[in-house]
Amino acid sequence: MPVELLEGERETILSEVENTLQDKEKTRENLIPILQQVQKKLGYLPGLAMEKIGEALGIPAVDVFGLATFYDQFRLNPPGEHEIKVCMGTACYMTGGRIALDSFKRKLEINEGETTSDRKYSLERVACVGCCTMAPVVVVDERIEGHVTATRVDGLMLELQGEAGKEDHAEEEREEEQEGEEREEIQEEGEQEQ
Amino acid sequence: MSTVSVSESYAELKSAAEEKYNALQDTPVIMVGTASCGKAAGADKVKEAFEEEIRAKGLDARVVEVGCMGHCYAEPLAVVSKPGFPGLCYANLDEGFVKRLVDDFLINDDPCYEYAMVALEPNEVFPTFSDFPRGVYEHKIVLEHCGFIDPGDIDQYIVEGGYEALSRALEMTPEEVMEEINESGLRGRGGAGFPAAEKWEVAREAPGDVKYIIANGDEGDPGAFMDRGILESNPHLVLEGLIISAYAIGAQEAYFYIRAEYPQAVERTREAIRQAKEKGLVGPSILGSDYDLDVKIFQGSGAFICGESSALVKSMEGHMGMPEQRPPRLSISGYRGKPTVVNNVKTLGYVPHILRKGAEWFRGIGNPDSPGTVVFALVGKVNNTGLVEVPMGTTLRQLIYDVGEGIPGDKQFKAVQIGGPSGGCLPESALDIPIDFDSLREAGAMMGSGGLVVLDEDDCMVSVAHFFLDFTQKESCGKCTFCRLGTKHMLDILERITRGEEEDLKVLDHLQELAEDVRAGSLCNLGRTAPNPILTTLRYFRDEYEAHITERCCPARMCPDLITFYIEPPKCSKLCSVCVGSCPTEAIYTREDGLKAIDQEKCVKCNNCYLTCPPEYLAVVKLSPPELLEEKEGKSS
Ligand SMILES: Cc1cc2nc3c(=O)[nH]c(=O)nc-3n(C[C@H](O)[C@H](O)[C@H](O)COP(=O)(O)O)c2cc1C
Ligand code: FES
Repeated sequence: MPVELLEGERETILSEVENTLQDKEKTRENLIPILQQVQKKLGYLPGLAMEKIGEALGIPAVDVFGLATFYDQFRLNPPGEHEIKVCMGTACYMTGGRIALDSFKRKLEINEGETTSDRKYSLERVACVGCCTMAPVVVVDERIEGHVTATRVDGLMLELQGEAGKEDHAEEEREEEQEGEEREEIQEEGEQEQ
Repeated sequence: MSTVSVSESYAELKSAAEEKYNALQDTPVIMVGTASCGKAAGADKVKEAFEEEIRAKGLDARVVEVGCMGHCYAEPLAVVSKPGFPGLCYANLDEGFVKRLVDDFLINDDPCYEYAMVALEPNEVFPTFSDFPRGVYEHKIVLEHCGFIDPGDIDQYIVEGGYEALSRALEMTPEEVMEEINESGLRGRGGAGFPAAEKWEVAREAPGDVKYIIANGDEGDPGAFMDRGILESNPHLVLEGLIISAYAIGAQEAYFYIRAEYPQAVERTREAIRQAKEKGLVGPSILGSDYDLDVKIFQGSGAFICGESSALVKSMEGHMGMPEQRPPRLSISGYRGKPTVVNNVKTLGYVPHILRKGAEWFRGIGNPDSPGTVVFALVGKVNNTGLVEVPMGTTLRQLIYDVGEGIPGDKQFKAVQIGGPSGGCLPESALDIPIDFDSLREAGAMMGSGGLVVLDEDDCMVSVAHFFLDFTQKESCGKCTFCRLGTKHMLDILERITRGEEEDLKVLDHLQELAEDVRAGSLCNLGRTAPNPILTTLRYFRDEYEAHITERCCPARMCPDLITFYIEPPKCSKLCSVCVGSCPTEAIYTREDGLKAIDQEKCVKCNNCYLTCPPEYLAVVKLSPPELLEEKEGKSS
């Protein structure tokens, strides 16, 4: 499901692509490094960017597109304001990574690999992030959260929504957040006693 | 050539580094582990807290970031070295504890022994690593300095003897270097165990002047982090090994292939190369010799198949990473059509040690056919998770029970998954086989990538097989039919079994046949090894498959479609409503009589109520097959 370009986005894309191409030799070997750099700047690889890069390197756009879909690193949808990555590495899978992933899907009403239509959240699965000790692990933006249960997913979402809506619904959110925290406390007590 | 010899140039570097460190000797130093595992547990905060406290108290002490010392279960970790005391390691740190250490230890000379985990050097007051069972079995070579030196400072690596092997190598002929490695019996640690020197020799002998060597740090196994850990903790070791190997085969350009998704490994490696260039260890006339080498990083884009050496080379050339039919071997025609050697990061990590201590020394460790040590990321249902390094020939039992200190809780060991998606699951009865390339292969598993996951009674073996096949099926590059369609077909069967949709046991024979066909017919080792998780689980845990099929029962109570959550009325306390609050879908309600019950329509099987029901009640149970619910409900109402 391609996401509509926002106002001014077209121009940003074109200028970033141009900047990146400027100091690079136009060879096939540089295709992946160029795509990596453009994605770093834009957060994803819009169709338009791939077309332009293909043109510049003399590679058909379908080939660029094929390459971008082949590699996991490249994303064709813009990332959400908040990026949620659920670890589905071996250790995380065995300890309930799927439950965390399902919980986010339920909450956000999107599938893995997608971004909510308001571009607030995107959901991805990743393989081992290197801290299996804390499995199951979820990475929210840059923060790593360990031992994520379904309740913790609710709590995390409330925290994120709380941040997002601070100005307009400060009151409402605070109430919800408190509720969320209470739940967590109860749950943590339960876990400790076990 | 310059008038200064290679060894003299090296001696100069070394004495400058020593001078720098001698000057620092009287300053206490705090080393905080900030590899991925440490960061996840909050190491950045701990480091800041140390810095803050030291500044606030006006102390003279250094805070350095180090990599992973392998004890990931105890992160955040820090080592405090204060003159007059042994270096002491403290585990599970937080800001409060940091304050206390600064006040009590740095200011007042009380090392808080009651909170220390281990001492680094032998002393009269506190045990060291070798006083623990883990220390007895562990033998660290490539992990030796990981977590104990600053990966961002080449001088510390040099003080510890770093780059001495390079200086020796450059005074030998490439052939002599190759001979030393050949005699050591070093086998590749990327999975297949191919003798390193054999591959080098082919590339060296191959016609042409332009040759390449690539350090393979792709590490695509979804449950392993050794190579990343090593690059984050001691990048200079791998770099030194890479330069020596490049010299041996006669390459002028060397590459690190590291995933872009591992930014810290990329960053620390890049910094290591920069510093090595500054010291004349990379670039033109290394250490004053007439050998020139340029070292670069290529960032991989995250495809498991790109760990396979021919696919890796394809991706460096700007194409989709698809394996190539061989021959020609890469060592004849690889990157840009030139002779190319691809070696795993760990393989290269052994090279400097072998040149320094000799082939004889290396052969003395491990097994005659698999000399040296082996590095594992030990994870799953085991107490001491982390990076471990043991001699080849150590048994799985020693690794899990002595090094890993066994299974947490009162749970029963079920299996150990070794080698990641290409490996297999071995049962209790296989625990006494020695870990080496050949014994593991005989048992149906594989050394593979070095991921080692311990599974207990709560883990469903069909689901494990499904997990790995799902991974390989998605990662199959699609080039050959057996792999592309075969893995899909097997995955469909496993999917139906875990859902309870297969009713005929014959499907298991079909699965076995398919698995054998894919193994025999695939082009590369991704396809050839993809069936291993299925074949080993069928071989050792067939009863679990059968229970899924004939009884619709998941014995480990893991497969969501085959279980139902149920609250046992006699055990439920009317006064407690923890489960109600824990349910994310409000499926749990209070009955008229005050007992709790689950609305099955709303239940998403998230396991939360099961985890939160207090241990004095344990009223939530998982029933499998789900049909048991009717029986239970019939009885209780
Ligand atoms: C599907 C697949 C994935 C692989 N992934 C890796 C990897 O991540 N790292 C690695 O060093 N070798 C990997 N290998 C093995 C490489 O093809 C190659 O054998 C190895 O890098 C050679 O290095 P060595 O001789 O030092 O072991 C993989 C092989 C296959 C078939
Ligand atoms: S499997 Fe999730 S962090 Fe390793």
